[in-house]
Amino acid sequence: MECRVRSDYNIRLMIRISDVEKHFGDVTALDKVTLSVQRGELFGLIGPDGAGKTTLLRIIASLMIPDAGSTLVAGHDVVKDFAKIRQMVGYMPGRFSLYQDLSVLENITFFASIFKTTLEENYDLIRDIYVQIEPFKHRQAGKLSGGMKQKLALCCALVHRPELLILDEPTTGVDAVSRIEFWDILNRLKAMGITIIVSTPYMDEASLCERIALIQGGHLLSIDTPAAVAASFPHSLFSVKTDNFFLLLTHLREWSATFSAYSFGEYVHFTPTSETITERDIMSFLVEKGHSETHVTKTQPTIEDSFMYLMMKKQNQYAG
Amino acid sequence: MQANQTKIIIVENLVKKFGSFIANDNLTFDVAKGEIFGFLGANGAGKTTAMKILCGLSHPSSGRVTVAGYDIYSQTEKIKRSIGYMSQKFSLYEDLTVYENFRFYGGIYGLSRSMILDQTQRLLSRLGMSDYKDRVIKTLPLGWKQKLAFSVAIIHKPAIVFLDEPTGGVDPVTRRQFWDLIYENAHEGLTVFITTHYMDEAEYCNRLSIMVDGRIKALDTPSALKERFSCNSMQEVFIRLARN
Repeated sequence: MECRVRSDYNIRLMIRISDVEKHFGDVTALDKVTLSVQRGELFGLIGPDGAGKTTLLRIIASLMIPDAGSTLVAGHDVVKDFAKIRQMVGYMPGRFSLYQDLSVLENITFFASIFKTTLEENYDLIRDIYVQIEPFKHRQAGKLSGGMKQKLALCCALVHRPELLILDEPTTGVDAVSRIEFWDILNRLKAMGITIIVSTPYMDEASLCERIALIQGGHLLSIDTPAAVAASFPHSLFSVKTDNFFLLLTHLREWSATFSAYSFGEYVHFTPTSETITERDIMSFLVEKGHSETHVTKTQPTIEDSFMYLMMKKQNQYAG
Repeated sequence: MQANQTKIIIVENLVKKFGSFIANDNLTFDVAKGEIFGFLGANGAGKTTAMKILCGLSHPSSGRVTVAGYDIYSQTEKIKRSIGYMSQKFSLYEDLTVYENFRFYGGIYGLSRSMILDQTQRLLSRLGMSDYKDRVIKTLPLGWKQKLAFSVAIIHKPAIVFLDEPTGGVDPVTRRQFWDLIYENAHEGLTVFITTHYMDEAEYCNRLSIMVDGRIKALDTPSALKERFSCNSMQEVFIRLARN
């Protein structure tokens, strides 16, 4: 085994991706992506549909061959040593892909036997999740609710005690309460020493990861801790609210002093073109436009503010 | 909403059972013309069941429902003509061009050729996409398709549009542009009935209902709900209601 591990391999690294590219016809799915994930880390890949998240995760799982660049998982090359990687990786694809006409227990037993193990052998790892689907263990997987299917898929991805767990959008289309429960499960798995890389289109989930990469159009926009990504927003940011939300947005967007104005729940997050613009300037502009019940306060940027800023910056680069 | 506004959806004691399972348990609410009404709930709370009934695709077990002034039991065809529907899975034909999609849906709703042309021009220019009339749908970015799917859903000028998780998966900028489109149309009198899992979007609705286990647990404006449950965000309100 030692001979296969590259000499420049850093023992603390679980994933090392260097200049990876993937094209589908004219479409560039990944453009020179470079990224490292530490052992034991809970790492988030944050971006919308079509950003390249699934392609990157499939390459890490050795299920897709990149056009260029290198990807190492625990020191093993994903192209040459794919058999090694499949032993140590648990992968939960975005689309439910277990056997619909096998029962819950049959699916778990099947995946366990492929890896020459049993449910009992690794029961401590999946107990918390398994007890929730145990009452339905004889039901066909295809007849489970969405939340139960998700838990079964996670059990099957974990049953061989992988070192690295790869989760592709496990919470998409899942309600806010179930999403919180799922992240609790991920944190417990991390505490048991499993490295996790998870993708999500929900920006609010980014703050639940240790480090994140923002991805859009095949490019990584930023890689850092969630707090640092949020703090990297380079302008001052104001939270604005008045009696008429629709007109507030319209008026702010027409204003020459506006760099950006985006809705954030009941507030608009407003960035001026110049740092000399104060709360008072914004207030008097809005009062002049006929707004009442006007609230303007300086606010801390979120990951979503940073994402939109970086995304627009990248787009403008291309536009010239 | 103000009392003098026309109620465009009226639901009284709606019950829907599947065998012994009660999917909708005595729902009572109404929606005013031009309102953006958020219909929230956990997975399996009964939202889809209720929405199918309101769209005239399924009959209630009991209760009185009128949509756009038509009775849900006897006038479902009239209801279907008065509403538009868009879901997270796009209803556009990927192999057809933008204009062909408009023509197809316009034709289904019985619009004249000139009416279809007028509406296509009006809706595309509003999106700033007039130059893309002859582009094949599958060559367009996801966010554009979403805005087009919305426009196609309102080509026949319906009184109400039902949006079932319309913004899933798109980037945060496009998601906000989609809401601009909703606001613009609501401003002109379109009634918008929307489901979403994004709790920041819940804040953009005029009023919200939150369903838990087949029942409406709360119904009010976002600010009134936050005040009532002493929460800072709709996310907190939702979690409190859905967890208990």
